[in-house]
Amino acid sequence: MLRRAFPILGVLTAALLSYGLYEALIGAPIEQSMGEVQRIFYYHAPSAWTAFLLFTVNFVASVVYLIRRSIKADILALVTAEVGVVFCTVVLVTGPLWARPVWGIWWTWDIRLTSTLVLWLIYVSYLMLRRFSSSGQTPLMAAVLAVFGALDVPLVYFSIWFFRTQHPQPVIGGGGSIDPKMLQVALINWAAFLCFAGLVCWSRYRLELLQREVEETEALEALLDSGGAP
Amino acid sequence: MSALATLTRASLSKDLRLEWRSKDAINSMLFFALLVVVIFSFSFDPTAEESRRIAGGLVWVAFLFAAVVALNQTWARELRNQVLDAYRVSPAPANALFLAKALGNFIFVIVLEAFMTPLFIVFYNLRALGAAYQLLIVSALGTWALVVNGTFFAAMSLRTRSREIMLPLLLFPISIPALLATVEGTTAILTGDYSPKFWIVLLAAYNVVFTTACLLLFDKVLNAE
Amino acid sequence: MNQSLHAAADPIIVIHDLVKQFGRFAALRGVSAEFVAGRLYAIVGENGAGKTTLLRSLAGLTQPTRGSISMLGTTDLRSVCRQLGYMAHPSLLYDEMGGMENLRYFARLYEIRDDERCARTISAVGLDPTLIRPVGQYSQGMRQRMSLARALIHDPKVLLLDEPFSNVDARSARQMTHLLTQLRDAGKTIFVVTHQASQLEHAADEFVHMEAGVIVRRTREWMTAEAP
Repeated sequence: MLRRAFPILGVLTAALLSYGLYEALIGAPIEQSMGEVQRIFYYHAPSAWTAFLLFTVNFVASVVYLIRRSIKADILALVTAEVGVVFCTVVLVTGPLWARPVWGIWWTWDIRLTSTLVLWLIYVSYLMLRRFSSSGQTPLMAAVLAVFGALDVPLVYFSIWFFRTQHPQPVIGGGGSIDPKMLQVALINWAAFLCFAGLVCWSRYRLELLQREVEETEALEALLDSGGAP
Repeated sequence: MSALATLTRASLSKDLRLEWRSKDAINSMLFFALLVVVIFSFSFDPTAEESRRIAGGLVWVAFLFAAVVALNQTWARELRNQVLDAYRVSPAPANALFLAKALGNFIFVIVLEAFMTPLFIVFYNLRALGAAYQLLIVSALGTWALVVNGTFFAAMSLRTRSREIMLPLLLFPISIPALLATVEGTTAILTGDYSPKFWIVLLAAYNVVFTTACLLLFDKVLNAE
Repeated sequence: MNQSLHAAADPIIVIHDLVKQFGRFAALRGVSAEFVAGRLYAIVGENGAGKTTLLRSLAGLTQPTRGSISMLGTTDLRSVCRQLGYMAHPSLLYDEMGGMENLRYFARLYEIRDDERCARTISAVGLDPTLIRPVGQYSQGMRQRMSLARALIHDPKVLLLDEPFSNVDARSARQMTHLLTQLRDAGKTIFVVTHQASQLEHAADEFVHMEAGVIVRRTREWMTAEAP
């Protein structure tokens, strides 16, 4: 059942991604003041939305792990963090690429950009912890860190918001109404990215699940292999 | 509740007594702090006016480095001879141990700061234009923000490989709002340009949120074998 | 004293199908056993046979991968930790503090604030409570006895001792054995993990032989011969 759904989702994702690319590069109207470079928005914003959604799932899965100690919740937390960091990286790379030609600066301590950067840092440290922790306690430690990270997000947001009011900086992005066609293209791309993220998470989830099953089987074999050297 | 307080006190006084006896950590830390101040002073040689604006950042980055070295030593004494196991088999609540360690680190880092601050004042010709007493509030809140999570993450990294490097990797990202608030609050007081009130409130909120989280989760971290 | 009271009683500890894995290595591969109160059990076996892991599981320091331990009628080991004394291979003491200082701190963990009792416990293991020297400067034999005093401070019903005779001279070892039999005769249930089983030849009530993560046999006498 699920096995058959996988290629269908794959084809759908490929179609959506190509359609989204076409719309972003050709279909959407040219923005008046920024010109062609504004088209990076169709990758920048949907990536950000996808990343935030994945991090939210990671938080929920971590809390579920802390309560129920379910291995599946732990795997879900792991894969959403991994894929979330990838999308978050796209946001952080496309942001300066967009800002440089439009505002003449690579980086500004804009509230959204900076919050995203801090979020990215937190989740990279999360993945580091998972890598460096010794196997038995990794899920617990990672879940605890995810909770700390989630608690940090509003504090990060408020601190940067207030920082900005004291250090005026050029206002980027936002402001004014958006052309409905542009919004439509952005949403199409978001749908495509969501499907893509779902597809990657799913494969990664299955891989990780299999990996742990293999480890468990090996451990079981070690258990049954009574003659083994101590 | 009172059992928690007595045990925290017993554990804290034990740590202070041992530290006083060996003075290993405090001596090396004070020298390390001195080195940090001197190197920073070489690297940046601003005028009095400039120094007011950048001193908040400079001083707190220096404190942060010194604090991380101190925080990494938090659990060293409990790991030697596996004394931590003696605590774990006893009925004593895990939070008493955590509070004792966090308070110990707080005292330790405050001593370091008290030692480094006059040096910074001398090297940078600092003089606060705002209300100087507020510096004490900002320092106390900022230091607690660092050590409460620092103590917790140090316990978490006990079970990782290369644990010394793991602590800053975990601590720094989470501490960004606290650091920002401390630095900005200090700068606000030094320059007297604007009120540090928002930053003090933010630090207080940060401390309440994370102290609560640490106390709720420390038991799990300590007993994750 | 109260031996007869405990002798034919229900088992004080019941272990059922205990498995503990560290990654791919299985330290315990399904241990099931019952132990009655007031006896001195010697757990013997090669290095890596799972003796220490079994002891740590009993102390509640290691969460089993599978299986259960019931002690004093409950599987919640945390709730009976006051009845448990644990002595590990390392001393579990602060090297920089004196014996009395150490004991006073550990007594506090059990909400005991009685210096008299600490002193009595130190005397009971054959040490001088007025000794100011830090534990780090004790001889190995003295440190082991101090470590035993720490495990005894709250007068537990069950004692778990890991290698109490290692690196100890023959005389100290004999004293330690004598002390253990006294404690057993006072009604305590004692588990001694050791690879020097001959030390307990006439003291232990039962020898529990472990091999590769399981209990292979339990004997009344310590046999040096054969290995099936």
